[in-house]
Amino acid sequence: MINSEKNRLKDKAFQYFGLGCTILGLLVLAVFLGDIIMKGIGRIDWDFLTSFPSMRAKKAGILSAWVGTLWMLGLTAFISIPIGIGAGIYFEEYAKKSRLANLLEINLANLAGVPSIIYGLLGLEIFVRSMGMGTSLLAGACTLALLILPIIIVSTREALRAVPNSIRQASYGMGANTWQTIWHQVLPASMGGILTGIILSLSRAIGETAPLIVTGALAYVAFVPSGPMDQYTVMPMQIFNWISRPQQDFQVNAAAGIIILLCITFLLNGIAVFLRNRWQKKVKW
Amino acid sequence: MEKLSIKDKKLEAINLNVYYGEKKVLKDVNIAIKANTVTAFIGPSGCGKSTFLRTFNRMNDYVEGFRKEGDIIIDGKDIYQKMVRVEDLRKKVGMVFQKPNPFPKSIFENVAYGLKIQGINNKQLIEDTVEKSLKQSALWEEVKDDLKKSALSLSGGQQQRLCIARALALEPSILLMDEPASALDPISTSKIEDLIWELKEKYTIVIVTHNMQQAGRISDNTAFFYMGDLVEYDETKKIFTNPEKERTQNYITGRFG
Repeated sequence: MINSEKNRLKDKAFQYFGLGCTILGLLVLAVFLGDIIMKGIGRIDWDFLTSFPSMRAKKAGILSAWVGTLWMLGLTAFISIPIGIGAGIYFEEYAKKSRLANLLEINLANLAGVPSIIYGLLGLEIFVRSMGMGTSLLAGACTLALLILPIIIVSTREALRAVPNSIRQASYGMGANTWQTIWHQVLPASMGGILTGIILSLSRAIGETAPLIVTGALAYVAFVPSGPMDQYTVMPMQIFNWISRPQQDFQVNAAAGIIILLCITFLLNGIAVFLRNRWQKKVKW
Repeated sequence: MEKLSIKDKKLEAINLNVYYGEKKVLKDVNIAIKANTVTAFIGPSGCGKSTFLRTFNRMNDYVEGFRKEGDIIIDGKDIYQKMVRVEDLRKKVGMVFQKPNPFPKSIFENVAYGLKIQGINNKQLIEDTVEKSLKQSALWEEVKDDLKKSALSLSGGQQQRLCIARALALEPSILLMDEPASALDPISTSKIEDLIWELKEKYTIVIVTHNMQQAGRISDNTAFFYMGDLVEYDETKKIFTNPEKERTQNYITGRFG
């Protein structure tokens, strides 16, 4: 009896410990968010969204930054999605047990852990210099695509693995070849998981600053990029630029920029959750 | 059992040995199956009967370490020859699995899938085939008004009949069934059994079953496997009343297995 009483206490204690940890984590985030919002929310208006940066803090806006971020997002998605899904399919459906696949797999796991600044240096050497893209949107997007590829590949593989083998067997049993089985059965059934992984990795990409500093994102851009070969800035760059200035008014601008960046991220994550729920409802095993 | 002439042999295994890696799972199996009959494979778990069944449509090709010696002949042709495309083979040799495994799509799309992957786009032909196949599998009356509904909303027994319809849509001449009723309730099971009895007119059916009564009820011939050996193969009546081997007798009467 005494023992079970002790166990019960332990159980309770751990439950509160876990609750405490959760609250602590959320509390820090809440304080940070609260601080930023108090500081910056008043600064957000139509002018702020539609003005270029300026020497005078009150006149400065974030137009070139958010347009640059959208460009960057689109290009990165365009480059990384087909490659990421293709590689995931190769690993999971075709090359299950070869030595080459094993070797590639180990490298992939390592790549996911490489600091982003290293990707930046790689991008600088390969895309900016060797391939002559210069400090363009395209060079930055290629670099970010490299950065998030491992995440897309891994989440694609997980989504494919969640499709029961009995579905593949049924398809093969009806005379389908591997590609038909993937295209008609496996991909539709795993689309929810794949999309979720893609969106989460993209929402990581829009917050990245380090690799873009290295590949030449500008700090002051008074124009909107009109094509992938144009120079650009992105929101984290703009925020970083403002925050490192001494004037109080620029700090306010930075806070407002952070709020907008967070909104975009939350929006993307929201879409990811929505897609996941929708597809999960559709596909039940 | 009557000796089959070459013309009567629909399926044949000649000196078949199957290995998974080092392990030998089928030992020197010889069998000849006549067209338009139901043949039951019985035997304790792990005796190789499912493995044997899957050699007829080469579903073992995906199993790691699979290797075979000897020949499998269908309609006079060795199906393991290099020239044979497995996709074509599987159109001719349909398969129904142990657990109902409909695609997470509509009832209609499930049945139409086989035609679709062959590149058949003729809407009328597809609709006719879907209807015909669902009628053949005795499911039409139950689902004809909601063909657009997800196949996963059907009951287990209906799902299995849908899987049969799906296989029939390809107009195979052989139907392999791997314990098709083992996951179903008795009513669904009896429906499947009636169905098998009817399908016999047009198809050659090979069925793996754990259920001795089922084998007795629905099959013309029965093959008893034990530890990778084909112990006895004869008319079902004879196997169940007067088997030649003692081991068969023991299994049938429930003394082991």
